[in-house]
Amino acid sequence: MIRFLFNDQLREVDDLAPDLTILEYLRTVEVQRGTKEGCASGDCGACTVVVAEPDTTQGRLRYKSVNSCITFVGSLQGKQLITVEALKPVAPAPESHTAPADAAGSPAPALHIAQQAMVDCHGSQCGFCTPGFVMSLFALGKNAPVQTVNEFDPANPDAHTRHEIDLALGGNLCRCTGYRPIIEAAGQVLAGERQDAFSAAEAETWQRLITLAEQSRASTTIDGLTQGDRHFFVPTSVQQLVDLRRQYPESRLVAGGTDLALEYTQQLKPLDVLIYTGQVAELKHIEVSDSALIIGGGVNYSDAMSTIAQHLPEFATMMTRLGALQVRNQGTMAGNVANASPIGDTPPVLLALDAILHIDSPAGAEQIAINDFFTGYRQTCLPTGGVISGIEIPLDKQDWHRRVFKVSKRQEDDISAVLAALMFKVENGQICAARLAFGGVAATPLRVPAAEQALIGQPPTLEGIRAAQAVLQQSLTPLTDVRASAHYRLQLVQNLLARAVLEYNQPETTLEVVDYA
Amino acid sequence: MRNVTLPEHNTATAQAPTQNGQAGLDIVTGGVGKPSRHESAVAHVSGSARYVDDMIEPGNCLHAAVIRSTIAAGQITRLDLAAVRNSPGVVAVMTVEDVIGHTDIGPVFPGDPLMTSTEVKFMGQCIAVVAATTELAARRAAQLAVVEYQQQTPLLDPREALAQSRLVRPSHSMKRGDLAAAMATASHILEAEQAVGGQEHFYLEGQVSLAMPAEDGGMLVYTSSQHPSEVQKLVAEVLDVPLNRITVDMRRMGGGFGGKESQAGQWACLAALLATRTGRAVKMRLPRQDDMVMTGKRHPFANRYRIGIDPDGQLLAAELEVIGNCGNSADLSDAIVDRAMFHADNAYYLPAAQIDGHRAFSNQVSHTAYRGFGGPQGMMIIERAMDDIARKVGQDPLTIRKRNLYGTPEHKPDCTVTPYHQTVEHNSLPDIIEQLEQSSDYWQRRSAITAWNKTSPVLKRGLALTPVKFGISFTLQHLNQAGALIHIYTDGSIQVNHGGTEMGQGLHTKVGQIVAQTLGVSLDSIQVTATRTDKVPNTSPTAASSGTDLNGKAAQNAALILKQRLVDFLAADKGVPAEAIVFANGQVFWAEGMSMSFAELAEAAYVSRVSLSTTGYYRTPKIHYDRHTASGRPFFYFANGAAVSEVVIDTLTGEYKVCQVDILHDVGQSINPAIDRGQIEGGFIQGMGWLTTEELVWHDDGRLLSNSPATYKIPAIGDTPPVFNVRLFEQANNEATVYNSKAVGEPPFMLAISVWSALRDAISSLSDYQLSPDLDTPATPERVLDAVMALQAGTGDQP
Repeated sequence: MIRFLFNDQLREVDDLAPDLTILEYLRTVEVQRGTKEGCASGDCGACTVVVAEPDTTQGRLRYKSVNSCITFVGSLQGKQLITVEALKPVAPAPESHTAPADAAGSPAPALHIAQQAMVDCHGSQCGFCTPGFVMSLFALGKNAPVQTVNEFDPANPDAHTRHEIDLALGGNLCRCTGYRPIIEAAGQVLAGERQDAFSAAEAETWQRLITLAEQSRASTTIDGLTQGDRHFFVPTSVQQLVDLRRQYPESRLVAGGTDLALEYTQQLKPLDVLIYTGQVAELKHIEVSDSALIIGGGVNYSDAMSTIAQHLPEFATMMTRLGALQVRNQGTMAGNVANASPIGDTPPVLLALDAILHIDSPAGAEQIAINDFFTGYRQTCLPTGGVISGIEIPLDKQDWHRRVFKVSKRQEDDISAVLAALMFKVENGQICAARLAFGGVAATPLRVPAAEQALIGQPPTLEGIRAAQAVLQQSLTPLTDVRASAHYRLQLVQNLLARAVLEYNQPETTLEVVDYA
Repeated sequence: MRNVTLPEHNTATAQAPTQNGQAGLDIVTGGVGKPSRHESAVAHVSGSARYVDDMIEPGNCLHAAVIRSTIAAGQITRLDLAAVRNSPGVVAVMTVEDVIGHTDIGPVFPGDPLMTSTEVKFMGQCIAVVAATTELAARRAAQLAVVEYQQQTPLLDPREALAQSRLVRPSHSMKRGDLAAAMATASHILEAEQAVGGQEHFYLEGQVSLAMPAEDGGMLVYTSSQHPSEVQKLVAEVLDVPLNRITVDMRRMGGGFGGKESQAGQWACLAALLATRTGRAVKMRLPRQDDMVMTGKRHPFANRYRIGIDPDGQLLAAELEVIGNCGNSADLSDAIVDRAMFHADNAYYLPAAQIDGHRAFSNQVSHTAYRGFGGPQGMMIIERAMDDIARKVGQDPLTIRKRNLYGTPEHKPDCTVTPYHQTVEHNSLPDIIEQLEQSSDYWQRRSAITAWNKTSPVLKRGLALTPVKFGISFTLQHLNQAGALIHIYTDGSIQVNHGGTEMGQGLHTKVGQIVAQTLGVSLDSIQVTATRTDKVPNTSPTAASSGTDLNGKAAQNAALILKQRLVDFLAADKGVPAEAIVFANGQVFWAEGMSMSFAELAEAAYVSRVSLSTTGYYRTPKIHYDRHTASGRPFFYFANGAAVSEVVIDTLTGEYKVCQVDILHDVGQSINPAIDRGQIEGGFIQGMGWLTTEELVWHDDGRLLSNSPATYKIPAIGDTPPVFNVRLFEQANNEATVYNSKAVGEPPFMLAISVWSALRDAISSLSDYQLSPDLDTPATPERVLDAVMALQAGTGDQP
């Protein structure tokens, strides 16, 4: 059984398919159809819902937007699922300026500020993406610091606020409005009243969720869904997880599930036994020491972001372009590494940083250098039944010039044509150490040691990188695919190296369009 | 406002009661000219706006899935559906052999088989259809079909198709003046070729229909379609029953953009077919990938120009060729390529011109209507020419554009005839451009950008102003008609129905405002209901930007008929002249201090046996066109606008950003300025996506590789420029359109050509504006970098 709050009601469910998504659950089991299916692949945000869970370090609820189309119902154990139908203001709605055109004579229904702002700004046209936007706006209002600027103009947010809005809504596609009115609505949410029915009930909700967690820990069985011989397991310890892996060798691990779920929603493959890592306490930790960061295997990108930004800002900046917020709220770095896609965004960075993977498996605990991990196209040396329990990122390159570049057709929520993690150390005007790692140019993410070697002893100039560029040109054999041609990718890896040294030499000059204002 | 005919509402205003202190249009709440919210806005944000897939299915409803071809060209040699039939939950499997009625659902010309069991013409073609108890069961069953083929090499290139004379419709030409003679006088002759990419509609709500069997072989079909009457006709033909047995209901679409004009029909027909077979309701909803693979796109085009100019860059002669990649069938391609030809001049006078249009076959899904309907693709060739001329003669592209604009009665009055012999009247573009170049500070920014580019090592900025002149009317004349049906109930509430469909563009809101204005009642008292073929028959598609022009007029006509009945009744009842009666603010006034509410009047009229229901009708005046001579007046009027876009590009990666956009657009006298602004902003961003990041990629085997939102990238929120100034050009339409407004659905889409032109401007800066780069569209970062490197190679300035 799993227990969660559906808006303010307790749900205890068991006999459901392990691969049932929250979206399918809402539309077919609850028959609540305000949440829409736009793509069923986590790329459009029409299905966005908000999941709240206790953040015990902060002592408050965390509200996260997620794509319900690629999130399994089983992952809701101990959480609150909030959907568009449940949004309400704390007080009766203020008088609207014009009465609704669709309800002759009757007063306007009470709307949450995230909804009212969309109405007032003309933020909906066809309306199909709108519930998803409303939920992302709701989460933005819950998470963003209260605006302190007195003169804040919702219609013309400053560059910083606009960036916050883009980060919050970058995973919601609208084909009608061109987004301008939605940006204005987001400005109103940021500038407006944050109290609502959810904040009023927060203490009570907190207690209800804590109770669910306690029930879960006290239970002698592992929570989950069971339908015949199909299971979704929610273990709470690494021991339980490893035992389950031993018991079900064919099982699949779900962390964020943002890639795994596509096997079901796009290819219609049944996923018979799923083991969820998101409630395993040991996997949720982040350790920081002078020499390294250790990011737990169950930590999603959003939760890892601030720690990484503090120590490796170039990595964190790239992470803001990894998927969209709904994906970053679910996906994990460990999942990105274990998935071993050649176009994953974090592996090249971890390669350049000489990361070490901490593995737990039925055979015991071990550590594997990420440089040895990828063995072929989507192949790794992860031992059978193993799980990446943590990723150790050494902090031994703090005095290096470190750059991470992601090039894609679209800035937001796009998969890289090329991802380049380019790092070098300069002593006495010469490069004395270098890491050049790439995604999108081979069957695996990879470092190019020969090109790194070609930089050693060279000055960090366009002239000094010529030999390394030539090595890249000769040694890489990228593919032509839907995202880019081989020749573009090959040109990019060389030009991005040029950008890295230009930025080293001209730190004051704007060299990237993302920084141009 | 100058030199305009008096808007018709002014007459009504003159009668407005003085005791209310009302003036102008301001006689009702939410009436014409007000920025009223979308009629469904509250329902949208609450999740209660119901789309077809949200309806509670009737008991035992079945779900359908399609078995689609996995090759692009060839013959089916074996089809084994046994495993499909035996799959859990399957209730029915049908092929084309099971169809009783028509098997071809071509909307205008034959060539679109509902399903095929023989020849395959594109990858994703429908071979069979399966109905099962759940959607998952149907889709999993569909995966089990065994299909074997004899494959042929697919034809995918439109120029190659033209060379092989493989066309879906005959070629067509428009001619004016003596081209050869004019070309001979030119000081320069320029030539170029250009590939213009297609575009996936990516309406957020995919194609969907729900068919429910009715009595006497009939069917009630809920669908997401811009053309319910065509769905009705196709379903009737496929089921082999008269049209009067079929009712189509269409409340709202989650976006259409042309993609649900002709291509919603197939899914409704398949659902109806299965519903007839099983006697159960059947829902057919295309999953996103099926939708992207199985429905047509905006036509990719291959364009070419050869132009003669004088030393000042004035066009003397233009030979233009547009080749539409139509896909495997005609669909609407004849009219789409025609519209590309009608807009190959855009806003510019061509003293001597020949425009040739070809409709190339390809082994792709049949490409279809998409916002602008070929117009954008045609416009691209002349806008490219403008930039090229500017570089050739060393002038700013804006100078060249202004120099070549169509004339006005005051300026260049002889330069007003288009290549299809329609005279351009009321040309507002010179005024629009002049206002915009000032409000956007074009020339000062031009100088600043040129200076900045000289010192910026990697980033380069670009600036461009491009105009739009877009012809309004269906070029197929008979579609320019509309009907409406209005009921007034005894409580004074009013129900309005019309032939147009709501796809987010705010049509129902505008029509509601028009009826409210006409009857002097609050918009709150109007309910515009689902479009239904049993309420208003024989309707045209909601397309060609015509929704409000046509249906607004028809609804106004119905409202005026009812108003006249009420006036006649009240005049007789109160013994006052009809002229004394005024409708305003939900009240009816017949003498000083004498009034009753609209509801009281409705009740009184009903009791006195006055009919409170009527139809309304409208057909567009003045239009005529002879395609044999390619001359006439195909368009009632032109919609105009202009945009200035500024971009910054990265010469190392080809990445770019749109930094600022300024738009001035002519919507005539706006019925709803908020909705019109929404159309302008949304159209612009959609156009920008078409020209920048939205890349359709086909494999050599005919497979669409960009078949999901993971691989096909429409603009996201961060693509909206940080500075986005949109203004409406304040001038009433000179033609007698509804409240002298202008159509707004499509024209702003083409304002985005300014982004593409600005990208070329930024690239051209690498040659000190001497060279004009080739930049096919979409101008992805890769294409921009290619253009940068080609220009650097041309100037010997390589990094």
